[in-house]
Amino acid sequence: MSYVGRSDAERKQMLESLGLRDFDELLRDVPAEARLQRRLDLPGPLSEIEIRAELEALAARNDAAAGAVSFLGGGMYDHYIPAIVPRLMLRSEFITCYTPYQPEVSQGTLTVIFEFQSMIAELTGLDVAQASLYDGGSAVAEACLLARAHTDRDRVVVAGGLHPSYMDVLKTIVGAEHVTHVRAAGGVAPAAEIARELGPDVAAVVLAYPNFFGVVQDGLPELAAQAKAAGALTVACADPLGLALLTPPGQWGADICVGEGQPLGVPPSFGGPGFGFMAVRKELVRRLPGRLVGETADHDGRRGYVLTLQTREQHIRREKATSNICTNQGLLALGAAIYLAVLGKSGLREVANLCFQKAHYAAARAQQAAGLQLAYAQPFFREFVLELPLPAAEALRFGRSQGMLVGVDLGRVAQGWKNHLLVAVTEKRTRAEIDRWAECLAAAVRAPRPDGARAGTR
Amino acid sequence: MSADRSAAPGGQPPPASGRAGEPPVWGEGRIVEPLLSELSRPGHRGVTLPASDVPATPLAQAVPAWALRQRPARLPEVSEPEVVRHYTRLSALNHHVDRGFYPLGSCTMKYNPKINDEMAALRGFAESHPLAPDEAVQGTLALMHGISRHLCEITGFAACTLQPAAGAQGEMTGMLMARAWHASRGEAATRRTVIVPDSAHGTNPASVHLAGWSVREIKSNAEGMIDLAALDAALGPDTAAVMITLPSTLGIFETQIREIIRRIHAAGGLVYLDGANFNALAGLVRPHDIGFDLAHLNLHKTFSTPHGGGGPGSGPVLVSRELEPFLPYPVVVQRDGAYALDWQRPRSIGRVHSYHGNVGVLIRAYTYILSLGAEGVAEVSREAILNANYLLGRLKDAFEMPHEHPCMHEFVLSGKGLRKHGLRTLDVAKRLLDFGIHAPTVYFPLIVEEALMIEPTETETLRNLDEFVAIVRRILREAAEEPETLKNAPRTTPVSRLDEGRAARELKLTWEPPAEA
Repeated sequence: MSYVGRSDAERKQMLESLGLRDFDELLRDVPAEARLQRRLDLPGPLSEIEIRAELEALAARNDAAAGAVSFLGGGMYDHYIPAIVPRLMLRSEFITCYTPYQPEVSQGTLTVIFEFQSMIAELTGLDVAQASLYDGGSAVAEACLLARAHTDRDRVVVAGGLHPSYMDVLKTIVGAEHVTHVRAAGGVAPAAEIARELGPDVAAVVLAYPNFFGVVQDGLPELAAQAKAAGALTVACADPLGLALLTPPGQWGADICVGEGQPLGVPPSFGGPGFGFMAVRKELVRRLPGRLVGETADHDGRRGYVLTLQTREQHIRREKATSNICTNQGLLALGAAIYLAVLGKSGLREVANLCFQKAHYAAARAQQAAGLQLAYAQPFFREFVLELPLPAAEALRFGRSQGMLVGVDLGRVAQGWKNHLLVAVTEKRTRAEIDRWAECLAAAVRAPRPDGARAGTR
Repeated sequence: MSADRSAAPGGQPPPASGRAGEPPVWGEGRIVEPLLSELSRPGHRGVTLPASDVPATPLAQAVPAWALRQRPARLPEVSEPEVVRHYTRLSALNHHVDRGFYPLGSCTMKYNPKINDEMAALRGFAESHPLAPDEAVQGTLALMHGISRHLCEITGFAACTLQPAAGAQGEMTGMLMARAWHASRGEAATRRTVIVPDSAHGTNPASVHLAGWSVREIKSNAEGMIDLAALDAALGPDTAAVMITLPSTLGIFETQIREIIRRIHAAGGLVYLDGANFNALAGLVRPHDIGFDLAHLNLHKTFSTPHGGGGPGSGPVLVSRELEPFLPYPVVVQRDGAYALDWQRPRSIGRVHSYHGNVGVLIRAYTYILSLGAEGVAEVSREAILNANYLLGRLKDAFEMPHEHPCMHEFVLSGKGLRKHGLRTLDVAKRLLDFGIHAPTVYFPLIVEEALMIEPTETETLRNLDEFVAIVRRILREAAEEPETLKNAPRTTPVSRLDEGRAARELKLTWEPPAEA
């Protein structure tokens, strides 16, 4: 095998140095009845040439291989990734090292994480960010665990409009019995109903910003103030790109800001790896889950970086740790740091603004060309919901025949939403593509339905 | 903050180069790269974006006033070439597998084949969206179905979830499934304790705690194996599960594993395998065949996916037929010649990932399995075991050995003999860095004093191992003759030994953003 450099002569020499003649003597602690007595049933071995052919054929079975024009969102987006991001991320020095346990030979990774923490803190308007988490859903769950530990209270109130799968992950990790879901009506959870839930047992209120339907809910500063008055922490689940244009949660009263970092230079890759991020007020720093990098100096007084506050972590505290998290999504945090660095102060704002402009153009075109209205008349950033006179799945099927993924079929996400289409528009979409998308929806609306009826227009 | 200010005498931040008051110099051997915030200059930019080609919508009209960001985020202002240089220079400060030996025990720092990265980056995979209709992602679903089948074949289990993004998340997922299984048998209220050997990774007890159960730690015997009497004493009607790392974190195979599993099952508990050390078993031992009920694997260890500086990993959980109904939803299934996500899993524990796990990692591992084939998978384990035993054979006379067993894929030595020179294991670890070798895992497992945990993996050549032995022997000579050399190590690395206490005391976790234009 080409990944192991070993000749038969060397193998023999190594065994002889141990006074052995046969490899199996090294397995004497493994009871014979525990050993596999046959060859595994696996394909291969394949050469690189064969592997490439096989994997390329598999990849070609995905619409993305042919460059389908994507209006898909719902937490992961088709943003442009500058060429330097993958080029730098895939450097051996970054991708083939591990957690920086030996800081003297890990200053690259440690400095990157320090810069990443700094940029996330700046974007979210909070004091401190940690080194990344698995994904958006686990970040929400970890934020709620943090709030529960901090307040010594159990219940978490979630404003409807949180990403449904983040909600699922939250319930799995925190326990559904501790989660109160204030259902959305008209695209947002009514503020009065959220406020009504803020009892003395509430550890946190979770507010999405913008929410899963793309909506920037009004009144969040007031809700954060009410949560504070009730002794609960406010957790904002934010779109990091949206924060280029939107007031950072730390400035409207959030104590914790989490979210999915994929929009920052990471390809969607069928949902992973992306990364979760978490920033907090400084009073909460000792409760943070996962890795944290701090500045220090070496013996000669040079600046350097190390993993710090490790006494929070599982390898020292074991079952008393703030979390069971061991690693993070380091490579993706690096990608995001490079993305934020190269986009920079003006570039990130410009990308966010392009998304905002194009999304609003698309919403207008959907109405003009196809007579489709926004399902929710609410402010939005780069994403909105259309209510179709036909199942969204059918619109998607029609769109695919035109080389287009017209949006997310919300019927996949929740019952009762099968005619709802969630549409995201990024800076990559041109006016011509958006026009074509609107025409495509119009045609889908006009097309004869399989049951013989016509959807008609509204 | 500018580089000059950071180096100003009397200021709190340590200087960015060895000499205070001067800008940092690259190429002196020991440098610290400036931070981006120090490289930032107002008006510089790193990208050119297209002009908007749609009619303008005023932001202030569409978004409530309170939500309009008043001041742009103070991100760096740096040109593209400066960004490239910054990260390229930073990268040079890392030790990594492609540079040299990385015997970090328990982490399986093997070579990461480059074809794997390239396959994960194929456009059809990388640009597939997790909420696309199943018909639009048949290639990815086929791959996920395929790797699930292969992992089941390699481990003997019946079914698998690919959602956990890391080993620790796999452990938690496994515990939640075990909890659901006990609940389905009406034992949710009684079986709430998980037994964990004191040699286990810290994630084990932390994951148990997260699942809402309590931990009962049992002491290992003198050889670092599970003590049957201690196990018996710990087992009881409250036992929900026992988490076992096999081979143990000392790198030895539990000789009594079948009896251990028999006793746990007799007490009504489930047996969980922490698959962190699976690089010793693949192709040789199938955990379900010997009685394990569920397990997680670390694809970033055994299946060669790169560690990425601390993630992304992937920690699939494999289970017996009995536990299959409790798998997180959705599960990839094959129906009428096509692949689909099955969401109808009424007994599922729920989801543990927002989408479908770290699919980019799965693609790499799948590629690796294809490149190895059945024989290759077993060869990996055999060569990993041979490498570890060869090193152990050549080093054991130089250190204290906690036991007299052959090791599996890794072994643990004790550096307590260094004390007579006024030194610790940490000093040997730091001195190794001077020779371009990453230190082994130190001070773990906790049950071995001054532990030094060495895992060479199968991808090191005999020459590399011999070179490592020669370096360790030289360092041990230095320990006896010139202990200061070890205490002052490392000296050839980008920075010398760092003050971790100061980092925790003075807590500086973010930079000062670039000054406003």
